[in-house]
Amino acid sequence: MAKIQLNGKKINIKRNYSILDLLKKYNLDNKKIAIELNGAIIPKINYKRKHLKNNDKLEIVYFIGGG
Amino acid sequence: MKDILKIANKKLKSRLIVGTGKYKSFTETAKAIKASGAEMVTVAVRRVNILDKKKPMLTDYLNPKIITYLPNTAGCFNSEDALRTLRLAREMGGWKLVKLEVLGDKKNLYPNMIETIKSTKILVKEGFKVMVYCTDDPLLAKKLEDNGASAIMPLASPIGSGLGLQNKINLSMIIKQSKVPVIVDAGIGTASDATIAMELGCDGVLINSAIAQAKDPILMAQAFKDAVKSGRNSFLAGRMKKNFIGSASSPLKGLI
Repeated sequence: MAKIQLNGKKINIKRNYSILDLLKKYNLDNKKIAIELNGAIIPKINYKRKHLKNNDKLEIVYFIGGG
Repeated sequence: MKDILKIANKKLKSRLIVGTGKYKSFTETAKAIKASGAEMVTVAVRRVNILDKKKPMLTDYLNPKIITYLPNTAGCFNSEDALRTLRLAREMGGWKLVKLEVLGDKKNLYPNMIETIKSTKILVKEGFKVMVYCTDDPLLAKKLEDNGASAIMPLASPIGSGLGLQNKINLSMIIKQSKVPVIVDAGIGTASDATIAMELGCDGVLINSAIAQAKDPILMAQAFKDAVKSGRNSFLAGRMKKNFIGSASSPLKGLI
């Protein structure tokens, strides 16, 4: 198990979980989102190979209505 | 003759840009955008609600392949947050054309021009095409253009106020001096405000609240479409000279 912070919420994930695994778990289409891991933007191409570890801070954002 | 609005490399037939906030539903948003004829819409970047897996997404209702998404930095009060937001937006879909707004006051939502100029410089260096929300100060507008802004977006009055054009003189000065498009952003309350802005010679208008908060947003979107066209045509046609005495429209010769 690893404890990470996702969009400000603490969650537990399995060991060796990749960003892509996490997106699948939350049913998120990687074309419609962008990700920041510990303050750095992760290019989409790296979602599969980037594994999450304890205390990682992840932000997943998308477009919403705005003026 | 085709009248095209060109911002950076983007060519638009419609001079009306519409915001996608404050609507009752995504269905209403999509209908209003369609009625407005807008080809470009502003969107905000926010955290995904991870607890609600089935929550609909804006992209399901407005196809970014058909309508140009203009990511904004609404809600950012410093340069750092604004840059972070736009870098994420670029990663999301490869958008280089963005709208920068760095606010300075939580009550009147006035732009912080010091942070705005600072952010514009950095974004331009990073290859972004930046449309910049700003005050109606001609000197600061020039400063933005000198720093590589792709469009100048002065406010008509505070965001969401609906108070209309409060300083036509300043807007005219900005329009006259600018070599990049000038889009009046924020404060427009009703369709006639948009016509007046276009008659002043601005290149386009950005409307959100005036459409979304109308009693009938879809009909108001249509009204804005017509208003922007009318104002643009009126500007291109060139108004008559003002006379301070009467001038009869009918000839006096042959009067009985």
